[in-house]
Amino acid sequence: MELIFELSKPGRSTADVSASDVPVVNIEDVIGRQYLRDDLDLPEVAEIDLVRHYTNLSRRNFGVDLGFYPLGSCTMKYNPKINENVAALPGFTGLHPNASDEFAQGNLQLMYDMQKLLSSIFGMAEFTLQPAAGAHGELTGVMMIKKYFESKGQKRPIILIPDTAHGTNPASGALCGFDTITLRSNAEGGVDIEHLNSLMTEDVAGLMLTNPNTLGLFERNIEQVAQIVHSKGGLLYGDGANANAFLGKTRPGDLGFDVIQLNLHKTFATPHGGGGPGSGPVGVSEALVNYLPVPRIVKNDPTYSWSASFPDTIGRVRAFYGNFNVIVKAYTYIRSLGTEGLTRATEMAVLNANYIKEKLKPYYDLPYDRVCMHECVFSGNRQVAQSGVHTSDIAKRLIDFGYHPPTIYFPLIVPEAIMIEPTETESKETLDAFCDAMIAIAQEAKENPQRVKDAPLSTPVSRLDEVLAARKPDVCWKKP
Amino acid sequence: MSKSNPTDRLYSKDHEWVKDNGDGTAVVGITDYAQEMLTDIVFVELPPVGKKLAQGDPMAVVESVKSVSDVYAPVSGEIIDVNKTLEETPELINQNAFGEGWIAKLKLENAAELKLLLNAADYDALIKEEKH
Amino acid sequence: MDYCPHTSDDIAQMQEAIGVGSIEELFADIPQKFRLKQMPDMPASLSEQETLGLMQAMSRKNIMPRVTLTGAGAYAHFIPAVVGHIVGRAEFYTAYTPYQAEISQGVLQAIYEYQTMIAHLTGTEIANASMYDGASAMAEAAVLCAKTSNRSRIVVARSVHPQYRQVLQTYCWANGYTISEIPYVANGQLDVAAMQRALDDSVAAIVVQSPNFFGCIEDIAPMADAAHACGALLIAGFTDGTSLGILKPAGACGADFVVGEGQSFGNPLNYGGPYLGVFAAREKFLRRIPGRLAGATVDKNGKRGFVLTLQTREQHIRREKATSNICSNEALCALAAGVYLAALGKNLGKLAALNIYKTQYLKNKLLQLEGWKEVFSAPVYNEFALRCPNARAVNAKLRAEGIIGAYDLQKDYPELDNTLLFCATEMLSKDDMDRVVEIIK
Repeated sequence: MELIFELSKPGRSTADVSASDVPVVNIEDVIGRQYLRDDLDLPEVAEIDLVRHYTNLSRRNFGVDLGFYPLGSCTMKYNPKINENVAALPGFTGLHPNASDEFAQGNLQLMYDMQKLLSSIFGMAEFTLQPAAGAHGELTGVMMIKKYFESKGQKRPIILIPDTAHGTNPASGALCGFDTITLRSNAEGGVDIEHLNSLMTEDVAGLMLTNPNTLGLFERNIEQVAQIVHSKGGLLYGDGANANAFLGKTRPGDLGFDVIQLNLHKTFATPHGGGGPGSGPVGVSEALVNYLPVPRIVKNDPTYSWSASFPDTIGRVRAFYGNFNVIVKAYTYIRSLGTEGLTRATEMAVLNANYIKEKLKPYYDLPYDRVCMHECVFSGNRQVAQSGVHTSDIAKRLIDFGYHPPTIYFPLIVPEAIMIEPTETESKETLDAFCDAMIAIAQEAKENPQRVKDAPLSTPVSRLDEVLAARKPDVCWKKP
Repeated sequence: MSKSNPTDRLYSKDHEWVKDNGDGTAVVGITDYAQEMLTDIVFVELPPVGKKLAQGDPMAVVESVKSVSDVYAPVSGEIIDVNKTLEETPELINQNAFGEGWIAKLKLENAAELKLLLNAADYDALIKEEKH
Repeated sequence: MDYCPHTSDDIAQMQEAIGVGSIEELFADIPQKFRLKQMPDMPASLSEQETLGLMQAMSRKNIMPRVTLTGAGAYAHFIPAVVGHIVGRAEFYTAYTPYQAEISQGVLQAIYEYQTMIAHLTGTEIANASMYDGASAMAEAAVLCAKTSNRSRIVVARSVHPQYRQVLQTYCWANGYTISEIPYVANGQLDVAAMQRALDDSVAAIVVQSPNFFGCIEDIAPMADAAHACGALLIAGFTDGTSLGILKPAGACGADFVVGEGQSFGNPLNYGGPYLGVFAAREKFLRRIPGRLAGATVDKNGKRGFVLTLQTREQHIRREKATSNICSNEALCALAAGVYLAALGKNLGKLAALNIYKTQYLKNKLLQLEGWKEVFSAPVYNEFALRCPNARAVNAKLRAEGIIGAYDLQKDYPELDNTLLFCATEMLSKDDMDRVVEIIK
C-alpha cells in the first residue's frame, strides 16, 4: 500500500482553518525570524483520500471485533460498545485537567468510586489511578517499595523475580535501582519454596509474583510464599496482569500481597488501541498508603477535591491524574457487570481455558498438566521433533484460519511455548472451531510441513524480513 | 551444520575463540557454533579501543532479532583494535565467524590465562554435549 | 449485564469435557481459607440502559465550561471529524500491540507514518511509536542519558512545566540521580549564565522546554552547544504541539532529544488522559531509545511491509538491562495524531498563526485593564503570563460565569504572585475574549 506521503499533492488538504476574527499580526515581528521554522512538510491530501487511506489500513489490521484473539497474558476480551459511548460523552471528554475541582465533581466522584471498587475487588487498602499502563503501574509499585524501606532506614538492594515473570518485572526493578535475582519454578510450575527460602534475606526488598503465574497456574503455596517474604521483613508485589482469573474468587490483599498493579485493558475490558492507551492502577496495603503518588482524591462530603499534601509520597509519575478516559470505560464495565457479572466473567474465563486445554492436550505437549486458570500453555516441541515445524510456524498458519495467534515463546521456561488465553467472552462454538484449526494444523505439520512453514498465505504481505528491518533500520520515511 | 573448529586457536566455554598472534596480542571472536545458535546477527556493539578488560568481563554485545548476548573477554587485556566492518555488516559473523567475523584484538595481559582455555578437540566435545 | 455467551447447556458440556462436576472444582488450587464467598461492598449489575443513565448523570455533575482559558500542559483545539471516525474503527481500537505483523499492517504503517511526521516536526531524524505522556517522555529521556553516559546529574530549567519536573524528580530519585534547577531571567527565558555554571562532567543532560511553561520561546542552539561542550546531551520539550507548525523545532537547533505532549494533535482534553508522549531523537540514539518502533522492511516477495523493530532494546528481551520498562504505549492517540497531522498538512502552519493572532489579541485586551502588566518580554506562542491586581478574584469571577480561568503561577512559583498564565487557541472567538475581558473588568 502507498504511504500517506506518496499520496500527497501540493495544494490539497483535508482540514481547513477558520479565517481570523481578530486582527492579523506580522508573525516575524511578534515572534522573531530566528525562531520560525523553514519548512513544514506534512502530507497534503484531500479528505476522501485520507479517509480511504486509513480505512484501507484498518482493513489490514486484526481486532477483537473481527475474530478470536487468544493472545495469552493479554486478556483480549470483547470491549463492550456501551463503554465507548459513555467515554465519548462530552462531559467526560471536554474538561481541561486544570479545571478547578468545582467543574470536575463528576470526574472526581467517578475516580474516587473507582478506587473504592478496586479496593473491594482486590482487598487492598487504597488505590491510585495515576499510572498510564501496567508497566507504569509496576514502576510505581516498586518505587513505593523502595520508598518504604528508605523511610525505615533499611538498605535492601535486591528484588526477587520468578523465572516465569513478564520482562517488565525485572526492568521495573532495575529502574528503581534494585539488583534482580531470578527465583526458580518447581516441577509443577509454582515457586520453588526451597529456593525462595535460600534467597530471602534481609537484603531483599521483596518478591514480584504474578499469580496465577504466566503458565496460567495458581500458586498453591501462596500462603507459605507470603509468609517467607514477610518473615524477613520483605514485601510481596503482585503483578495483576492475570487478574481475570480470580475476580470474586479470592483477593490479593487476603493472600498477603502488599502491592498490586492492574491492567484495565486486560481485566476490565478497555480496548487496547493497537498498543495503548492502557491504564495501570496500583493498589496497596495499609503499610504503603502514605507512599502513593500525588495528587490523591480527598472526599469532603459531599464534594471531592485533589490534594498533594502527603509528605511521604513517592511524588508524581506522570502529568495530571491518569488515563482518565480509559478509567471511565473500566468503571462503566465494573458497574454494568456488578458483583455477579465479574464473578461469572472469571468463571467462564477459567472454564474456557480448561476446555481448550483438554481438547488440545492429545495434539500438543502440555508441560504442566493440571487444572489451569484463565490460560493454558502448550509446547510445540512435538511438532519440532516430528517435522521441524516451529511454534512460530503454527502461529502464522493460524492466521490463515482467521485467528489471531496465541502468545508464543513466552513464558521463557517452556520451550516453543504456545500460550492461549481465550477469555470469557468467547462461545463454545468459537472455541471448538479454534481447536479444530489447531488440530488441523498439527495434522498438517506432519503431512505437509512446508505449507505450515510458508504461512500465512492469506495476508496482504507474507512473512516479513525482520533481519533486514533490524540490520538496516528504516523507522522514518525519507523522500526519494 | 557448523564448520569445524580450527585447531590454530583456543576456545572458552562461553563460545568465544582466541587466536594468539605470538606477539603479545590476540584476536577474539565468537565460534561458528555460537553464531548458529544466535541465528541472524543484526547488530554488534563493539568495545572502545583502549578499554581494559579482565578475563570474563563483558566485552561486546551481539544481537539477533529476538535476543541479546554478551560476549565475554576470554582473556584479560586491553582492546587495541575492533572490527569496525561489523557495524555495517554484522552478518560477517554468520558468514565467517572464525575469519572476517572477528570482533576485537587484545593486548594480552596474562598469557598464562591461555592455558585455561580449551583446545579445538575439547571444544568439539563441549558442543557435542550441549547439543544433547 | 455480562458478555459471556455461555448457555447452561454449553457449561454442562464443557464441564464434562474437562472432567469436572462443577465450576468450583476449577478453583481448587486457591486455598480454601482464602476463597471468597461474596465480593464485599460491590453494587449489583445493571442493564445497559441503567448503565448509560448512571454514567450520563455522573458526567452531568461536571460543569462544562463555556470557555477554557488555561493551557499549561493540555490544550483545547478543534478536532476535525475525520479523526474520530478513523480512531473509532474497531479494526484499530480493538487490536493489541502489533506482535503479528502480517495481520497488523494497518497499525504498523500508521505508526511508521506518525513517526515520520513527528521526526519532521521536531527537526530530528527518528521518533518512536509513543510514550505515556509528555512528562514521562521527558523523564525517560533523562534516565536514558544518565544510564548510557554513566553520569548521574540532570540539569533542568525551572521554566519547565512544574509537573514534568516533579515526574523527572520521581524517576531520578528511583534511579539514584540528582537534579539541579536553573533559574529563568527577567524576560522569561533560561538563565544561560547559570546553566553554564551548573555544568560539569557529572551532568548527563540539560532539560529545557520551548515554548517554556510561561509560554516563552527559548533560544535552543546555545544550550545545545553548552551541553555538548561538557559531554552532556540536550533534552528539549515543548508545550503545545501545534507550535511546531510555525516555530523552529529544537531538533533543528541541535537538541539531542525532543520530547513533549502530543495531545494537541487530535486528542480530546479528556481531563488529563490518555495523552501522547512524543519522543524524537537524533539518529545515533536509535538503538538506545525506549518504546516501540515501527520499521519498514520487505516480505518474501519483496513487497514493502512493516514490523516492530529493534525489539532487543525492550524489556521483554533485555529484561533488567533494558533502559526502560515501557510496554503498552499510547498507540491509538498516536494514530489520532497521525490522522490529525495528515488532515491539516500545511494548514498546521496556518493554525499556528491563528493561535498567535488570538493570543496577541487577548494579551493586548487584558493589558488595557487597570493594573495589568506583562511579566515576561520574550516572544510567546499561545500562552503568556500577566500580573494583575488580584489573581484569585479574577478566576473566581470567571468561574462564576462558567469559564475555566487562567493558570495561577504562584502555585508553583512563589515569586510570581498574582500572576496568571493565559492560553488562547483557535477555540476562543473574538466574542469570547471580549466577554472575558468584560467579566474581569
